[in-house]
Amino acid sequence: MTDSIRQCGVAARAATSRLLKPSGWQIVTGLVAVLIIVPLSVLLLAWLDPAWDIWQHLRETLLATLLFNSLKLIIGVGTGTLLLGVSLAWLTGACDFPGRKIFSWALLLPLAMPTYVLAFVFLGLFDFTGPVQTQLRQWFGNGIWVPDIRSAFGVVIVMSLALYPYVYLLARNAFQTQGKRGLEAAESLGCTPVSGFFRVVLPMARPWIAGGATLVLMETMADFGAVSIFNFDTFTTAIYKAWFGFFSLPAAAQLSSLLVVLVFIFILIEQRMRSRMRFSQSRITARAERIDLHGWKRYAATGYALSVLLIAFLLPALQLLIWTLNIFSEEFDKRYIELLGHSLGLGLAAALLITSVALLLAYAGRRHRDRLTSNLVRLATLGYALPGTVLAVGIFIPLAGLDNLLIDTARSLFGIELPPLLQGTIAVMLIAYLVRFMAAGFKPIDSAMHRVTGNIDEASRLMGLRGLRLLTKIHLPMLRGGLLTALTLVFVDVMKEMPITLMTRPFGWDTLAVKIFELTSEGEWERAALPSLTLLLTGLIPIVLLMRGADK
Amino acid sequence: MSNLRKTALFLLLLMFAIPIGQALAAELVVYSARKEHLIKPLFEAYTQETGTEITYVTDKAGPLLQRLKAEGKNTRADLLITVDAGNLWHAANEGVLQKVDSNVLNANVPANLRDPNNNWFGLSLRARTIVYSTERVTPEELSTYEALGDDVWNKRLLLRTSKKVYNQSLVAMLIAEHGEKKAAEIVESWVANLAAAPFSNDTKTMEAILAGQGDVAIVNTYYFGRLLKKNPDLKLALYWPNQNSTGVHVNVSGAGVTKYAKNSEAAIKFLEWLSSEKAQNLFADANMEYPVNPNVEAHEYVKAWGTFKASDQNLADAGALQSDAIKLMDRAGYR
Repeated sequence: MTDSIRQCGVAARAATSRLLKPSGWQIVTGLVAVLIIVPLSVLLLAWLDPAWDIWQHLRETLLATLLFNSLKLIIGVGTGTLLLGVSLAWLTGACDFPGRKIFSWALLLPLAMPTYVLAFVFLGLFDFTGPVQTQLRQWFGNGIWVPDIRSAFGVVIVMSLALYPYVYLLARNAFQTQGKRGLEAAESLGCTPVSGFFRVVLPMARPWIAGGATLVLMETMADFGAVSIFNFDTFTTAIYKAWFGFFSLPAAAQLSSLLVVLVFIFILIEQRMRSRMRFSQSRITARAERIDLHGWKRYAATGYALSVLLIAFLLPALQLLIWTLNIFSEEFDKRYIELLGHSLGLGLAAALLITSVALLLAYAGRRHRDRLTSNLVRLATLGYALPGTVLAVGIFIPLAGLDNLLIDTARSLFGIELPPLLQGTIAVMLIAYLVRFMAAGFKPIDSAMHRVTGNIDEASRLMGLRGLRLLTKIHLPMLRGGLLTALTLVFVDVMKEMPITLMTRPFGWDTLAVKIFELTSEGEWERAALPSLTLLLTGLIPIVLLMRGADK
Repeated sequence: MSNLRKTALFLLLLMFAIPIGQALAAELVVYSARKEHLIKPLFEAYTQETGTEITYVTDKAGPLLQRLKAEGKNTRADLLITVDAGNLWHAANEGVLQKVDSNVLNANVPANLRDPNNNWFGLSLRARTIVYSTERVTPEELSTYEALGDDVWNKRLLLRTSKKVYNQSLVAMLIAEHGEKKAAEIVESWVANLAAAPFSNDTKTMEAILAGQGDVAIVNTYYFGRLLKKNPDLKLALYWPNQNSTGVHVNVSGAGVTKYAKNSEAAIKFLEWLSSEKAQNLFADANMEYPVNPNVEAHEYVKAWGTFKASDQNLADAGALQSDAIKLMDRAGYR
């Protein structure tokens, strides 16, 4: 009774405030959403000039295969990352086994490994020409059957290994605080440990797992690097073909807009499905007790974690190291210090900016549960699902337009010749990253936000805490894990990013990722090992810091 | 707090300051899809010789073209450098380049390696030719690109992906020579002979021959050169096909002055210098390519691969027929 009255009151207040004066939160959300809506509309505007001939050609030849291949990837990589990410997160987050402490942070290391690097190294090792198959042929003769690695199977393995840390990182946050208690509660209600895991533990971690899986899904759909190394045709390859082959940016934009719609629908469905659930934790600060694994299970856990780490990180890192040693003397010069500085600076600045904005967004989405706000919040994270190059153009076209407007205005009004003022500024680069990586900052914080129950808010308000002070005094400490995760994800993602960096950076201002692009696009993979390894080592710093911070 | 604000303000100003400083200093601005490590030595040599400061930014050809279009008449770029005739043709076709009348360029760059309207000029030449395993193939068995579709090569041919512009240009030239129907038959016969799914790059394709996955392939000469440099005992050799007919398929990297160049005179001077005897070796040798200037000899290392008759078809055709070539390859199932 009192509940429904309160709900009526809240609804009425929300309605009036929306109509009369939008709150500060909504304005911020609106502004961020506009930033992503502008490049998206540039892409959608391409529909004014439908490239039917290219569509018809694709429909007649490749489209069915492409869609089927993309579907295989989404299902395969989705399953793969969930299996790896959730199982490893459970083992390191809630159980105890030999080496757990090391694995808990080491299993995150693949996050710093760009997918295209892993794909290239993997292919080098396991394709027909690689050492593994060559050895097998020597032992068993030429007739021996091996699975074709340049196939959906190979791509799914590589991308699952490269992307599982997203699920792992978020799911671990959930399991760590949950610990033994969920399972104990389930067992006291008559569940076996296995059914307890699936019926209680897993559903309780759902917002985190779903957040990680959404990131994986978006990355998978937008990936071009790994699939092109495997020459595996997906929807993204068609986008690139339309643009770089047929030189039809409209067709590329039209194809991309379909990707955006697909992801939007996915996010909507996922959120609808869990909208009726509540994920509160009674004692958040209490340190959860771990489940001690016994007998063979201890060593099985260690062996499993070790093999994932070995394949996803140690082997490729070793290969990079060997290549780097081969070419170090000819490739290294003092410009690398500068490149490293630029990459670090950009990563840090972007991580701080995006995490702050993501926090505001998550908070706005929580304060205002009306449809407008929640749709704006969803919109603001869509940049992650677009192929980077396409989004880069979507950002660049309005940017250049704005610059031209400034220049022309200055010329006609004041008769002065201005150079382009916005293009090639770090400020614009950061805004472009914001558009692209909002999801990576938002998802971890949004998941963590589920922990902050309505009761906590009410209690705080009773004590006179409101608005920003409520956020800084009560919420921030509770969101700590989520914030650190967001910072790390964005930092690493920005350091690895290529297309937007290429298009918006200042003249002669390069980063490690740009250097990797320059070398790999000429097929100089060995020389690219030096910047790749540097990028990898730099990416490790925040990951190690994150894990130390999270385990405190 | 006020200190924090000052710092923030300073950082903000700094973020906007970089490009303005550069805008004042630059005497020549270059957009390049040819990679930095290949062009930077040339820029430095030119600056040393003439004192002209060059500012540049690199990216892929597609994004650079979009960038030029979006910037319109306010662009800062004076010169666009890119690889592949197809990309150059599209740049001219989109109207971002301007016509250049230069006797020096006309004399230094052969007519089939530049735009018929002089919007762009080839600066270095690479051949896309046949490479074979010296262990399992004798050169007498080879003759033409077309003949790679013969039954003898069944399950022995390897190709790079059709998504690479070099193959698109090759097939476009086949269309120009034979017409679409015949060209389609040739590509289909290649696909039928493939020993493995197409590879993502030329180096991988050649390594597959070495590993015994196939016996012949079509690659760019400089990729072969790089592999040979790493391993002088390479069990691979180049073959120059179509010597009794059309000649070896060649392609260029090249450049054009942008339509709205602020420093077009400086850009033309630089282009002329790039095509000159002085610079041609620097330009071509860095990537083991051939100079376009007929008065300049290729590097000893490159010359050792033998001499050949090159196709004299105008490279602009490759651009004009690129879309048709891609569609043809898609229909033929050439991934």
